[in-house]
Amino acid sequence: MTTRRWLSLHGALVLLFLYLPIAVIVVLSFNESKYGVAWHGFTLKWYRQLLAHTRIHPYVWNTLIVAAVSTFVSTILGTLLALGLSRFRFPGRNGLLFLLYIPVVIPDVVMGVSLLLFFAWVQHAVSALHLGLTTVILAHISFQIAYVTLVVKSRLAGLDPSLEEAAADLGAHGWARFWKVTFPLIAPGIAAAALLAFTLSLDDFVITFFTAGPGATTLPIYIFSSVKRGVTPEVHALSTLMILVTTLVLIAVQRVQTRR
Amino acid sequence: MNKRASWKQLLPTLGPGALWLFVFTLIPTLLIFYASFLQRDPHGWLGGPLTLENYRRFLGLTSEGFDPIYLRILGRSLLLGFVTTLVSVLIGYPFAFFIAGSPRKNLLLLLVVLPFWTNFLIRVYAWIVIFQRKGVLNALLGYLGFDPVMLYPSWTAVYVGTIYTYLPFLILPLYASVEKIDWTLLEAAYDLGAGRIQGFWHAIFPQTLPGLVAGVLLVFIPAVGTFVISDLLGAGKAILIGNVIQQQFGASRDWAFGSAAAFVLMAVVLTGLWLYARWAGERGMEELV
Repeated sequence: MTTRRWLSLHGALVLLFLYLPIAVIVVLSFNESKYGVAWHGFTLKWYRQLLAHTRIHPYVWNTLIVAAVSTFVSTILGTLLALGLSRFRFPGRNGLLFLLYIPVVIPDVVMGVSLLLFFAWVQHAVSALHLGLTTVILAHISFQIAYVTLVVKSRLAGLDPSLEEAAADLGAHGWARFWKVTFPLIAPGIAAAALLAFTLSLDDFVITFFTAGPGATTLPIYIFSSVKRGVTPEVHALSTLMILVTTLVLIAVQRVQTRR
Repeated sequence: MNKRASWKQLLPTLGPGALWLFVFTLIPTLLIFYASFLQRDPHGWLGGPLTLENYRRFLGLTSEGFDPIYLRILGRSLLLGFVTTLVSVLIGYPFAFFIAGSPRKNLLLLLVVLPFWTNFLIRVYAWIVIFQRKGVLNALLGYLGFDPVMLYPSWTAVYVGTIYTYLPFLILPLYASVEKIDWTLLEAAYDLGAGRIQGFWHAIFPQTLPGLVAGVLLVFIPAVGTFVISDLLGAGKAILIGNVIQQQFGASRDWAFGSAAAFVLMAVVLTGLWLYARWAGERGMEELV
């Protein structure tokens, strides 16, 4: 089994490559020294400073508000779209699918500037939609909706059609059938899609960068400007906390998906 | 999906989402196309008349002669995309087989997904910490008795950061294909006298192709379009097409030219996707999520 051994060695090296940068940040967040990477002893003071740093609190709120509102809206719109797309045949279906794939496949920067241009254009025309939290939320929904739709749609595709047929034979139609039969079956898929949308929003920098105005700073925007200015160790602590949150969300997603 | 739907069925399900996509995806995309034929007005906004000037400038056809600086930048971005994709395939292909053959598949998958979901800026920044003059790499080299290397800022750092960022995008869809491999085909190939390499090439490789091609697109597209990685790891000196777009919509405030650059990038990507969609169909498009 030499092939297996080579694969294992390669696998270990890839994991090292994937985790080295993350480990560096986590270790530095506990390092006494403010400058450089030399280890000067263990400390929690950067975490204490981070929590005491009230300037960051609004950024945390902005990030969470954007993620919560955009996930809520995009999950509803995306689930409905997935239902319509997988249940009905209609003219223009391919056009709608194409539109749906645009946010998934075009580079972030193009989507970011096109939304910026759109918001600026609306602002010029009717003097509404000034850049701020609202435009960030609208922008996030616009990319999340595609991911939600595609995840729920694949869940619907894996559904046994005989269950819905049986429900129809027993007289359940339309929305009654949806709530009693279809929805419970696809609920884990919807939950997974919502968690995906939520994480995408928390993580997004590029789209937010172009669509956020003053007062709409989110954590990724703050991290970017910190990196440009020169990072303080609090940012290492913040990053480590964000890694922790992401890990917990991911484990939750895996639990939801494996329960089926 | 076998009935033709009535408006009463379509409106409540598809209506809101379709309207949203129309307003916030289709119109902005069309606006970029339209704006690419406009000109910058004195207030930094857009104005007429319609012109091809932005595209002429992108192609390097200026009044002072031919200077293809933007074409060169586009070429550089495409090169970054190709090299990143190639290296990711070389690293990721065996790795997908490693996961599929491991007794701890779920743990390994989680380990691949985790960095991929860790904030992208943090991961890019980590490479600054590693590559900077007094960073982790030079500390290690010094400890081993080597001279320090200056890798930040540099194109090497940009390449490493890009490969690092997008490698999981290749591994995940590829793994999905590898997991589904029908290994009896390999046995059949051996029975028919195929050698190891022949057996792999004819019995295994074609089965991994759907995941491989999806993964290649998922790495290539964001790598070509990146501006954050080059901005941070190149410290403003590594200019890619993404940086051009960002600068035109930012400090330079020439949205018309920025729109032309964005449209060129979009055209490059959509052409690739169109070829992929023709090859892979709707199921193949679903592999991209």
